[in-house]
Amino acid sequence: MRISGRQFLQGNEAVVEAAIAAGCRFFAGYPITPASEIAETMAIRMPQEKGIFIQMEDELASLSAVIGASWAGAKAMTATSGPGFSLMQENIGMAVMTETPCVIVDVQRSGPSSGQATRAAQGDLMQAKWGSHGDYELIVIYPNSVQELYDKTIEAFNLAEKYRTPVILLSDEIIAHMRENIYIPETLDIIERKRPRPEDKEHFLPWKPDDDGIPPMAKFGDGFKVMVENNTHDATGRTNQTDAALHTQLINRLCNKILNAKKDIVKTEGLFLDDAELVVVSCGCVSRSALEAVKMARQKGIKAGYFRLITIWPFADEQLIEVAGATKKMLVAEMNTGKLLREVKRVVDPYGVQVNHLPKIGGAYHTPGEILASIEKAVNENE
Amino acid sequence: MSEVVRQHPAFKYMRKQFLPHIWCPGCGNGLILAAIIRAIDELGIDIDETSFVTGIGCWGLTGNYINADWLHTTHGRALPMATGLKLMNPKLKVFALTGDGDLAAIGGNHFIHAARRNVDLITICSNNMIFGRTGGQVAPTTPEGKYASTSPYGNIERPFDLCRLAEAAGATHVERWTVMHPVPLTKAIKKAIEHKGFSFIEVLSPCPVQYGRKNKFRNPSVLYNWVKEQSVSIKKAQDMSEQELEGKFIIGEFVKKENIPDLSAQLLKLQESFENKS
Ligand SMILES: Cc1ncc(C[n+]2csc(CCOP(=O)(O)OP(=O)(O)O)c2C)c(N)n1
Ligand code: SF4
Repeated sequence: MRISGRQFLQGNEAVVEAAIAAGCRFFAGYPITPASEIAETMAIRMPQEKGIFIQMEDELASLSAVIGASWAGAKAMTATSGPGFSLMQENIGMAVMTETPCVIVDVQRSGPSSGQATRAAQGDLMQAKWGSHGDYELIVIYPNSVQELYDKTIEAFNLAEKYRTPVILLSDEIIAHMRENIYIPETLDIIERKRPRPEDKEHFLPWKPDDDGIPPMAKFGDGFKVMVENNTHDATGRTNQTDAALHTQLINRLCNKILNAKKDIVKTEGLFLDDAELVVVSCGCVSRSALEAVKMARQKGIKAGYFRLITIWPFADEQLIEVAGATKKMLVAEMNTGKLLREVKRVVDPYGVQVNHLPKIGGAYHTPGEILASIEKAVNENE
Repeated sequence: MSEVVRQHPAFKYMRKQFLPHIWCPGCGNGLILAAIIRAIDELGIDIDETSFVTGIGCWGLTGNYINADWLHTTHGRALPMATGLKLMNPKLKVFALTGDGDLAAIGGNHFIHAARRNVDLITICSNNMIFGRTGGQVAPTTPEGKYASTSPYGNIERPFDLCRLAEAAGATHVERWTVMHPVPLTKAIKKAIEHKGFSFIEVLSPCPVQYGRKNKFRNPSVLYNWVKEQSVSIKKAQDMSEQELEGKFIIGEFVKKENIPDLSAQLLKLQESFENKS
């Protein structure tokens, strides 16, 4: 039974409860700090919900099992952290290429390699988009609270189903292990994948898209005899690895079904932007300190603004350009040595915005005071 | 194509438009495919109730030719993908078709765990003792001393015995045959389809183009004869010494255990325990 109303939950638990509410009935994973509570809670909850929990032998197998389950018709999920996320990259590409809906949670910890297992980081922002080989687009969402972990897990499943794509839900050790009061509404909007019509069985082309660029997805065992080919394939599923036009057309469609829907997919949050001289840009756990710092600056009479990326990929170019049009300076605060910075600069440099950077690594997030100090320094520069 | 060929009884299970197949002349894979189709036909199974999950490699291409749902996985991942598929739809008869490199090199960990879990899968490994698809590199199944493009001075490593590995890992049905044993091979596949639990059928499948050429087998028939001559039935092997068995391929049924619940049955029992409570 899904829970509702007021709840006091840990971030990782909220992900599990939301997944169940979204219809997830298959979870395969391999334990890793700081994501293990997702697997542990799934192990308790899945059998209660007539779902399946399985602890696989590694993360390669975990995402593999998720892909297999998705083709059996299930909404399926896995959860991991950096080292496991690295192991999943090849199959993320497979899920993209075979348009297999699934949700992958990456609870970020410090890296590279085993790094700091119990400490938070935001080092996977780029890997989440560029980790697999080849050219592709997918959706990456990064909440900043337990409430939002719940809401965005639902959204992650909805987007995965709607766009037939893997969706990566980024989390971090801080929001994953934090406990907060959240509210779960009685009714939720849940999206199911498009199915082919039984009467089309005889002439079904599994990879022929509808007008939205997305083909309906058959379920194994329903008699559609689909060929799910992870090599470059035509509308029937037959591979052809030498036809440049076919490859170009397929990859463009896979990318454009996401990029053309940016209006539906991309979510950001802004506050105090109308008159801001400087806007702090952040995401995930850091944004909580950023908002506090902006409020403190306002109390001191500094016209600071707050902008948060909720969707990390596809990147919020349009929203950021709008902010850039109304401010002179930005300050990017993040828990890595400069990943968000690079992307923000790419977007706002042509608008003459000066971008300052406040990186922090080592496991602890920025205090509001640290961000405030950077705001003050940036505002007073060149004056 | 003559009228006779077009009406071959196997065609009702095949994607005819994909023929002729891509395998080299003399490749053993077509004979395994024929045995799979014969087994399905003889049992009268509805092809829509089967699914094929294949790895990457020459044998992994088999999914092209069978007119059923097919998931072509990343290299080595056929078994975990088949596991997810089977667990979510236990009614499906799920075939996992995997080459020896796919199964025992890159996918080796998945192999022992799928066997341990007793997932109800029909796993058929085409063992050509080499990496065929990528041009004849050494495999974990290449016999000692044999040549491959990455063992140019002869293989200095010892090969896996895949059936003994499956047995030790907990597989509940294990058999080894060669493509020159079509009748017992078909029977083994039929048994695998009807078996509840992890079935592992290893088929020695000559690869004249890579393995044969690199190891001085003049033509396919010399290679086929060698594989046949090296094969010893499991019964006969019992009376042979270790020295006599050196380099031989033991064929036959290694394991057939009934009444060990498969993973789907265990999961269902767990789910039902909650139904009864509510
Ligand atoms: C991750 C990864 N590594 C390597 C390869 C290249 N590769 C493709 S098939 C193959 C080996 C195939 O050998 P086997 O599984 O024995 O199948 P066969 O072709 O002999 O039937 C390799 C190494 C790959 N596709 N993916
Ligand atoms: S390379 Fe070997 S295994 Fe592959 S198709 Fe040719 S003969 Fe068969």
